[in-house]
Amino acid sequence: MHPRDMVHSDCIVIMGSNMAECHPVAFRWPVQARMNGATLIHVDPRFTRTSANCDIHAPIRAGSDIAFLGGIINHVLNSQRWNDDPFFQTFASMYTNAATIISPEFKDTEDLDGIFSGLTAFTEDPQWPYSGEVGNYNPESWQYARTASAGNGESQHNPVAAPAAGGVRPAAAPAPKSWDALVHSLLKPPPRTDRTMRDPHCVLQILKRHFARYSPELVEQVTGCPSEKFLQVAEAVLRNSGADRTTSFAYAVAWTQHTDGVQIIGCCALLQLLLGNMGRPGGGIMALRGHAAIQGSTDIPTLYHSIHGYMNHPSAIQPHDTLHDYLAAETVPTGYWANQPKFMVSYLKSMYGDAATAANNWGYDWHPKIIGDHSHLATMSAMAEGKIKGMLCVGQNPATSLNGSAQRAAMRKLDWLVVKDNWLTETAMQWKNGPEITDGTVKVADIATEVFFFPSTQVGEYEGSFTNTHRMLQWHSKAADPPGDCRTDTWFYYRLGKILKARYASSTLPRDEGFQHLLWDFDRDPEPGRAPDVLAEPDEHKILREINGYQSADPSKQLSGYAELKDDGSTLCASWIYCGVYPAWDRNLSARRIPDPPGVPGAELNWGWSWPSNRRLLYNRASADPAGNPWSERKRWVWWDKSVPNGQNPVTGAATAPGRWVGYDVPDFNLTLAPNAKPKPGAIGLDALSGTDPFIMKPDGKGWLFVPTGLVDGPLPVHYEPVESPVHNQLYARQSSPVFKWWSRGKPYNAIAPVGDPRFPCVITTYRLTEHYLSGAMSRWLPHLAELQPELFIEIGAGLAQERGISNLDFVKISTPRHQIRARALVTNRVGVMTIGGKRVHHVGMPWHWGWQGLAVGDVTNDLTSWVGDPNVSIHEGKAFVCNVEKA
Amino acid sequence: MPFALPIAQPAPASPRPPAPARAAANASLAAAAPEPMGFFTDTTVCIGCKACEVACKEWNQLPARGDGGAHLEMSGQSYDNTLTLSGDTWRHVKFIEQFPEPYHGRWLMMSDVCKHCVQAPCLEVCPTGAIIRTEFDTVAIQSDTCNGCRDCISACPFGVIEINHVSGTAQKCTMCYDRISVGLEPACSKACPTDSIQFGPISELRTRAGARVAQLQAQGEKGAYLYGADPTGPLGGLNAFFLLVDEPEVYGLPREPKMPTRNLVRGSMLSTIGAFMMAFVGALSLRARRITEVQQASGPKGE
Repeated sequence: MHPRDMVHSDCIVIMGSNMAECHPVAFRWPVQARMNGATLIHVDPRFTRTSANCDIHAPIRAGSDIAFLGGIINHVLNSQRWNDDPFFQTFASMYTNAATIISPEFKDTEDLDGIFSGLTAFTEDPQWPYSGEVGNYNPESWQYARTASAGNGESQHNPVAAPAAGGVRPAAAPAPKSWDALVHSLLKPPPRTDRTMRDPHCVLQILKRHFARYSPELVEQVTGCPSEKFLQVAEAVLRNSGADRTTSFAYAVAWTQHTDGVQIIGCCALLQLLLGNMGRPGGGIMALRGHAAIQGSTDIPTLYHSIHGYMNHPSAIQPHDTLHDYLAAETVPTGYWANQPKFMVSYLKSMYGDAATAANNWGYDWHPKIIGDHSHLATMSAMAEGKIKGMLCVGQNPATSLNGSAQRAAMRKLDWLVVKDNWLTETAMQWKNGPEITDGTVKVADIATEVFFFPSTQVGEYEGSFTNTHRMLQWHSKAADPPGDCRTDTWFYYRLGKILKARYASSTLPRDEGFQHLLWDFDRDPEPGRAPDVLAEPDEHKILREINGYQSADPSKQLSGYAELKDDGSTLCASWIYCGVYPAWDRNLSARRIPDPPGVPGAELNWGWSWPSNRRLLYNRASADPAGNPWSERKRWVWWDKSVPNGQNPVTGAATAPGRWVGYDVPDFNLTLAPNAKPKPGAIGLDALSGTDPFIMKPDGKGWLFVPTGLVDGPLPVHYEPVESPVHNQLYARQSSPVFKWWSRGKPYNAIAPVGDPRFPCVITTYRLTEHYLSGAMSRWLPHLAELQPELFIEIGAGLAQERGISNLDFVKISTPRHQIRARALVTNRVGVMTIGGKRVHHVGMPWHWGWQGLAVGDVTNDLTSWVGDPNVSIHEGKAFVCNVEKA
Repeated sequence: MPFALPIAQPAPASPRPPAPARAAANASLAAAAPEPMGFFTDTTVCIGCKACEVACKEWNQLPARGDGGAHLEMSGQSYDNTLTLSGDTWRHVKFIEQFPEPYHGRWLMMSDVCKHCVQAPCLEVCPTGAIIRTEFDTVAIQSDTCNGCRDCISACPFGVIEINHVSGTAQKCTMCYDRISVGLEPACSKACPTDSIQFGPISELRTRAGARVAQLQAQGEKGAYLYGADPTGPLGGLNAFFLLVDEPEVYGLPREPKMPTRNLVRGSMLSTIGAFMMAFVGALSLRARRITEVQQASGPKGE
């Protein structure tokens, strides 16, 4: 969903987010919803500025989110209302995989005391590039039971498959005219289902058993939230879901930054699907992005493991040797992802232009392949061992990032470091005045790193687009020239690409062919009557036009949408999901700013442009019932209008049946597929789905309560304790996720506190404040912001302050097994003591904006954190760990 | 709801013209007397983001405290590091923590500002005429005629005014006079993400605020009331008024703000009476002395 849609919610649960403080502009919509009568709930370890604007604040211990959400799921599944209301039963059985039968081989965490079937322990000490705690899962037993044996010998794609055997690669055959035959060959028999949802192996029955022990009492024991408060929340959520009402959830990085962060979000998705709150106005999950274009940075990714439009990055440790292998491994034959060959070939054309031909498989061999986990912490871990020579650090401040002192030590091992930023950040200066230099443990003369600093432009000094949390591209104009030598990041990378192309131009090595063939032409054309651009900035419009895509034979012919993409090289498109934003050479839809007329229901379709295809609500077919009518008048959004004529079939000329999906939004469905349409037997793509399958990106068109593929840590969410916790897991023998990532294991700079370590009795969480931004690199240098929060502090409860003899504003020492820092105490009853499993646990929290550069300075909070992370996405666990607090 | 600026409305009440028409009407502003304008600050939707403070300082080019914000210490009073309105800070967000025990209580936030009193004490006491009432019925200090005497500082019952340490003159919120005179809304209300600060004609704001109080009461917030919206109340009403949910003192506001001239009649009466009494006592003592002198001069008689 998107922030503006929250105004349609009847209940909003903000959990894993401090929305009012960190997303104050988007928070206007929950405020308006509340004015309209919606119930606002904040579930958080601290009473924050968000809680102050909510009806209910439910305090929970950081890292216990799945126990809380699992408790709501159990409450819902056992409620009279959910079991009697036909809305819930219909939504679950028709639109989700609740009725699908899972392989009898599957064993749940209830059967194996906290692990799923398929866990293979490491037999030797795990090393970079991958390091799960215990081992890896083989997801074979998590699969759907199918109507007949697959029989084609095709094995399920395994995310951690062994490298392809053999050192010599056979020469690849030229690319075929069409990849449809390959996609057809990937088809599997349809899954078995039980529409009554009574089969013991069907997803609903598995769910009921899986969450049966998540009672209100257990929720209180694990999370510290009083059971009455928990029930108040569970009841509000259930009461405000149904045909006529919708509940939404909002989360941010306080859900992601855990060793089971992806599972927390999955748990919420599971709950929202059970409650029928998906694809409907005011429903869904609001993934709050902390950055103006962070959505854009995953769409056109700065992520190591994917290429544009959420396709997996070609990998040397996957069966990706040839384009055929890659597509065979990555393409899902049913649902919209069956078009992946079209997206991939068009992407390769955008990389290599005319040089990409069928004969060379569209240049696939020139494309780089990843060889392991290249995420930030994995890279830093390798850097700490001297395995990395140089780093380009743009828009990032690792000197104040996770386990900061270890990151600074790692950077001191580099031969060269490039920092491009607005100010001389801590990262740019760590070699000169970092804490290790000022305390004398490291001498500047002993650091061999050559450091380069490139001053950056600010956003008002260049043109370009932001992609916000609504997947919406909004073009912004340039207001002023940047001062001095400041240049955009686009200029930097464009220049670097040009220099590298020139450097490799005469190389005869096969590995350099990619640079030689790279399509790299974004020079600004001279504009008549205008002085040449002395800054030599590339043309942002040319870049967005290439991202949108055009006909390979005629770059002036822009593509109008991804339905036009072909797998024969005739179309060129960098990112299929952005196709349509620039549908003609002079039509940049992201620059539109036309609001809907007041009082008319609508989706603001003429304001900016949202991918995919300018849809504002994803999977919005689910806003209508199976027959295609709105579930209720109040929640009308997209529906089937059987009277709309469809004219003649363009090929046969025969008259076609009338009927079309219409509504306030762009329907997220095959526009003319009638609600009663059946899947075509043996078909690929959308033709394999029926008129009641709203989740078209899924191979079965269903919302997944149970996730058979795509996750490496289990098909269902489970409560695991954070890696550092004051208590044992009260649900299972297994303490934490068996597959969490643990970098630099055993190294002294990444020491981990054992469970219940008396030296570190407090639970701590870290967070942001409204007054500063991230590591402070955009705020601590600004006088008007620096004065609003001038010093680093730790929020501690009055009880802890009394026990430790700490008064408000006293300096205190905060320590973890990695590091110790100093901060002022802010004593408040907005945080406090919790009872976890009978044990009194003090909860504290610290903002992490400070460093030693800039106007407002302070110790680096992240020096306290560790290098452990989520196995799916490699994000760190910065939101829940343990510490000690003493008077300094 | 986003505020659409109606400042150029002709005096007779008429349906608000559409936006382009309003812009055109702005040009003929000089002809029509503008309506009294003000702020309605709904503290129940304040999220304490301080965007108003920053927008105010940016637009009005007010300095940060201290050495450009550096070397400042935190106050330890919740998230409030500004603490007070001053000559450098014309908007100030207050944070009031009411937590008798852990996790149980509420956190009030309120963006404070000059009240632009209908009967403004500062204006009344200013000896140089530097403080004026504008055509928008707001109160503004003209720096070039302020002599820094500080009378207004002690006259203001809200503690709004202070000496700006750059100009050396008394300064406070102008309700962005330079913006509103060209049809823009003030920087603070423009920046407020939740419409806690609303700018507009006072009559419209009062209607909207009344409806909001009724809505809150209906939703169970029985403590909601308006502070300073009553034109028959203290100081003739405040052109920047507030929706509060606790006693005024909790927010640091006087329950009964008063004019410094409130004691004028009694005070001058007392002075007059005092003067008469002094004169009378003086006359008495003079008379007593004269009697003594006369008696001494005539000497004892008939003994």
